[in-house]
Amino acid sequence: MTDTEAAADVPTPGRPQPSGPPASRWSALVARVRRPGTPLGRHLRGLVIGAVIVIALLELVSPFRVSQITTLSYYVVACAGLTLLTGINGQISLGHGALMAVGGYTTALLLPAGLPFLVAILTGAVAAGIVGIIVGAAAAKLHGPYLAGATLALAVGLPGLALAFADTLGGEQGLTVDVPRPPAWFADAHFFLFGSDPSTTQYLAYIGALVAGLVLFLLANLHTSRYGRVWRAVRDDEVAAELAGLRLGRLRVLAFVVSAVCAGLAGGVLALATRLVAPSGFTIVLSLSLIAAVVIGGLGSLTGAVLGSAVIVFLPPLVTGLGARAGLSDVQAAELAPLTYGLVLVLVMIFAADGAAGLVRRLGGRLRRRQGPGTGPPRSGHDAAQESDDAARRTS
Amino acid sequence: MQQFLDLTLSGLSQGAIYAAFALALVLIWRSTRVVNFAQGAMGMFTTYLALLAVDAGWSYWAALLLALGSGLLLGAFIERVVIRPVENGPELNPVIVTLGVFIALQALASLLFGAQYRSFPAPFGLTGLQAGSVNLAITPYGLFTIGAVLVTMIALVALFRFTDLGLRLRASAFNGEVSRLLGVPVGRMLTLGWALAAVVGSLSGLLIAGGELVWPAYMDPLIVYGFVAAVLGGLDSPAGAVIGGVAIGLALSYVSGYAGSEFAGLAALLILVAVLLVRPAGLFGRATVRKV
Repeated sequence: MTDTEAAADVPTPGRPQPSGPPASRWSALVARVRRPGTPLGRHLRGLVIGAVIVIALLELVSPFRVSQITTLSYYVVACAGLTLLTGINGQISLGHGALMAVGGYTTALLLPAGLPFLVAILTGAVAAGIVGIIVGAAAAKLHGPYLAGATLALAVGLPGLALAFADTLGGEQGLTVDVPRPPAWFADAHFFLFGSDPSTTQYLAYIGALVAGLVLFLLANLHTSRYGRVWRAVRDDEVAAELAGLRLGRLRVLAFVVSAVCAGLAGGVLALATRLVAPSGFTIVLSLSLIAAVVIGGLGSLTGAVLGSAVIVFLPPLVTGLGARAGLSDVQAAELAPLTYGLVLVLVMIFAADGAAGLVRRLGGRLRRRQGPGTGPPRSGHDAAQESDDAARRTS
Repeated sequence: MQQFLDLTLSGLSQGAIYAAFALALVLIWRSTRVVNFAQGAMGMFTTYLALLAVDAGWSYWAALLLALGSGLLLGAFIERVVIRPVENGPELNPVIVTLGVFIALQALASLLFGAQYRSFPAPFGLTGLQAGSVNLAITPYGLFTIGAVLVTMIALVALFRFTDLGLRLRASAFNGEVSRLLGVPVGRMLTLGWALAAVVGSLSGLLIAGGELVWPAYMDPLIVYGFVAAVLGGLDSPAGAVIGGVAIGLALSYVSGYAGSEFAGLAALLILVAVLLVRPAGLFGRATVRKV
């Protein structure tokens, strides 16, 4: 429901806009939203449809599933940022777990000070962004394996800070997080719409879904904007990009900062959702599972980031259940999930480098061709060309 | 002064292990231009095999040979089966494949051998040597570690310098296409290069485990320290890897001793970033103009 408010923020011609730009620009914007083929209109429609689906799910499924959706939401936020960095700009990061830790710890430190949780989460995102500037500036000069190693060192080294400053950061035990109660206006609105009081779990899931929806919307626009285009140019051919007058270093740092801010937001939501931030929650395993998610989903695709996150969140209970039924102990069955996605990661790279999103796209293309030309949904030529270009590049 | 000496000595024996690990990374980097992030997990896996052998009543030395032999096979297998198909693709793909192998091997080890801490035997004493009345921080096992790494290095240098096989290995790493035209079986040489590197990696896994606890993630810090050592040495230079390893061993030993062990990881990160920003080719790397 809160997601739809974002859609409602977009002004309509009849609505007065006291502090907005001149009316002519608004009508141009409205025209862009209304025209079916424009990216902005498509993304807004996607946001609204996604919001309706998520709200329906959150109201209908069991509390356990609701908490899984919360988990999914912070994975989606982190993976969307990472896929922008790795898929669009071609910089790998094995250190996003550490950036999530920055966001999570900042949130956990600020909440007891009485700040509203949204302010705390946003501050966490800013803190992660600042770390991102530093890491990104160092990373901009590196490439491929060097960058992977440097960010791996970040993932292993940074949690050490929590032990070094155990007085403030809680050491090995970490910090517990007081989960915000649903405020009165939220409870009233929820009761008005669905006839029941929201549980704290549901409230957290709404926060997570709101953050994920907004991040996906903003990144989708960034993806199709000038920045998305120049980031891809930098990824594909450094020399050509530089000859065209692009400032490589600045663009790389910018991509890293955007990605780090997403990781920080994800860390903040994680802190609320798990009610605890501790070094054991931000290990190298977290960073690697983020990379696994974006690769399995399909590098460079936001749909892929969502699909990959869903694999990382919903696959473990599934295979753990299968393993337990096959007679493995609980501890052993819990290892089946990482085993599976480690193997899937290798297989995806060898056989389908564009991941699940690429698979879906190819299947869709085949279906459309079978139905004959002209029946597919209208798409802007620029966008379709760019996606198939991306896919071709990665499968070659 | 006593503390400084102690830290130096323990840093040297740790550094020998980092050197071995860095050497394994460098061997693979030279032949296939891949940084093998799965090296730690591979070493961990073979160390667990050695532990199983020791449990079954084998002597330490037989278990050591078993681990090195299985490392050889594992390295060859991984190069042939999963690295070969992605070798000529974009730069990121082999990195991601080795990460997948890393995740899968670690999970497989917890599945097969259990995730709990196990203690690993050491073939020599673990109490400090006496020099007169002063207790030194170097143990007989530490001396064995340094000796084992030195012997391995000398054997590798001999192999690469003085044998036909070494010449073929170097040729296929230097220029695959020309070597192939000259009749060198390049594919087989690359597999062999990975296998040799995996043996050295297994050795480092065994050495760091001796007298300590092993669990499926015990090699994780070593991946970072070994990588930092390899980059410090230039990633291209085996001698640089060894010197880099010893330097990192000493540096981390001083940091842990004087500032606290929780700063070791951060110190490694800072050293790495400093090296990459100031001298990206490392201390001993040939400075090549970066081809984009």
